Amino acid sequence: MVKTSFCAMLNLSAKAMIKVENISKTFGDFHALKNVSLEVLTGEKVVVCGPSGSGKSTLIRCINGLERHDEGLIEVADNRLTHTSSSLRAVRSSVGMVFQQFNLFPHLTVKQNLTLGPVRTRKLSQPDADKLAMAYLERVRIPEQADKFPRQLSGGQQQRVAIARSLCMEPQIMLFDEPTSALDPEMINEVLDVMSELAGSGMTMICVTHEMGFAKRVADTMVFMDHGEIVEKAPPEQFFSNPGTERCRDFLSKILAH
Amino acid sequence: MTFCRLAGLCCLTLLLTGCSGNWGWYVVDPTVPAGWNNLKFLLSGLYYTLLLSFTAIVISIVIGLAVALPALSANRALRRFNRVYVELVRAVPILVLILWVYYGLPQMTGLSITVFWAGVIALALSDSAFEAEIFRAGIQSIDKGQYEAAHSISLSYTDMMMYVILPQAVRRILPALGNQLVYMLKMSSLVSVIGMQELTRKANELVVVEYRPLEIYTVLVLEYLVLILIVSAGVRWLERKLQSDQRG
Ligand SMILES: Nc1ncnc2c1ncn2[C@@H]1O[C@H](COP(=O)(O)OP(=O)(O)OP(=O)(O)O)[C@@H](O)[C@H]1O
Ligand SMILES: [Mg+2]
Repeated sequence: MVKTSFCAMLNLSAKAMIKVENISKTFGDFHALKNVSLEVLTGEKVVVCGPSGSGKSTLIRCINGLERHDEGLIEVADNRLTHTSSSLRAVRSSVGMVFQQFNLFPHLTVKQNLTLGPVRTRKLSQPDADKLAMAYLERVRIPEQADKFPRQLSGGQQQRVAIARSLCMEPQIMLFDEPTSALDPEMINEVLDVMSELAGSGMTMICVTHEMGFAKRVADTMVFMDHGEIVEKAPPEQFFSNPGTERCRDFLSKILAH
Repeated sequence: MTFCRLAGLCCLTLLLTGCSGNWGWYVVDPTVPAGWNNLKFLLSGLYYTLLLSFTAIVISIVIGLAVALPALSANRALRRFNRVYVELVRAVPILVLILWVYYGLPQMTGLSITVFWAGVIALALSDSAFEAEIFRAGIQSIDKGQYEAAHSISLSYTDMMMYVILPQAVRRILPALGNQLVYMLKMSSLVSVIGMQELTRKANELVVVEYRPLEIYTVLVLEYLVLILIVSAGVRWLERKLQSDQRG
């Protein structure tokens, strides 16, 4: 926190936090990503949208090494991603990820879900990790659920626990892969609120989402993907009012219609 | 519940024996000193049956896990190692393995081996192939998302297995592990052939002295029955406890 505001003062914030250069990814003979490049600055919020199968998930999964890119270069917080275990650990320790299906650990309580990473990876003592976990549970507004098991919570609460679990690793970057797509409509806003608040705190974020209201409020940059390519990249005002390509216009008219 | 049924079974057996004149329960009659001593002699085998089975199951679980993990690797040679191990070990009959370990291994290695450890090694080896298959299936049944979540909080491979994957897999395979334990208790009787002083060996020795195989082996059957019912109840209790852990 102190560091980011300090950087902002010195006007160093225009430094790239994530650099993706010409990466490609194939599954068999299917090209999921074709020569994709993307730069995300410190504190920047990028919202990625696009039709199903366009490679959105594949792109952000490449960024924290869950998928292995075939070609190109990825640099995260000055660490080159090379798929050696030390490089993976360096990259993942600065990147948090939130999944569509929450992926909480069902055999652990909410608090244990949150403290596992800090204790095992960051070598915090259990009491310190507990304190940290409670602080982040407050932040996602469910401290009272600390001792419950994931399946006792609603979907919206589970996703907020998943966000808190990532935040407990104190990452510099948060990746979200359709965090509200598996939720009942009435729970979507409680998750988006937490994400908006996080955005306000200066976190660098890449969000794959089709929640365009959220995107308009939070995004610094909109990215539209189709067929494994970034087709359009623009600030939201321009993106929504005057999309540069036919494909993007089509997509937006479909998604904003309902 | 099970014990009521068991008691019923015992009564029925005793009732039947009353009808035919061929039975001689005096050999194991606890009310007369000789019978009581015989009974104590039979039960004294319990110690080694338990020690043998539990030592062997612990070792076979460790080996089984060590053989199961390579099966899940991306490396083809490691997967191949798993297949070869499982196929080879599964193909050897336990009795043959016991004889081979006890009589063959010392000749091969020049080390002498006690009856107990020969039994443990043979039982553990033979069971490890099955444990490996159980663990492999259990681990494979865990959702990919659990691995991804573990990676995303940068857990090491060991931590991920220890704290995320295996605790969930073990809950799922607990009934199968329980089966293996029961199987092990029964198979430990085979170690009697090399002179292990466990339940079956004790019964055999008493039969030679008393010439009352019918009664003595009936007691032996009941010994295994009770033992295994108790163990099964224990496994079911553990299963329930772990399940309620997850639901709170
Ligand atoms: N592990 C995989 N094996 C084979 N094909 C895959 C794999 N993962 C993704 N794909 C394919 O790659 C393409 C891009 O997938 P991706 O998940 O990135 O799309 P997406 O834009 O996130 O779509 P959605 O909106 O449905 O989540 C899809 O056609 C998908 O079928
Ligand atoms: Mg996706």
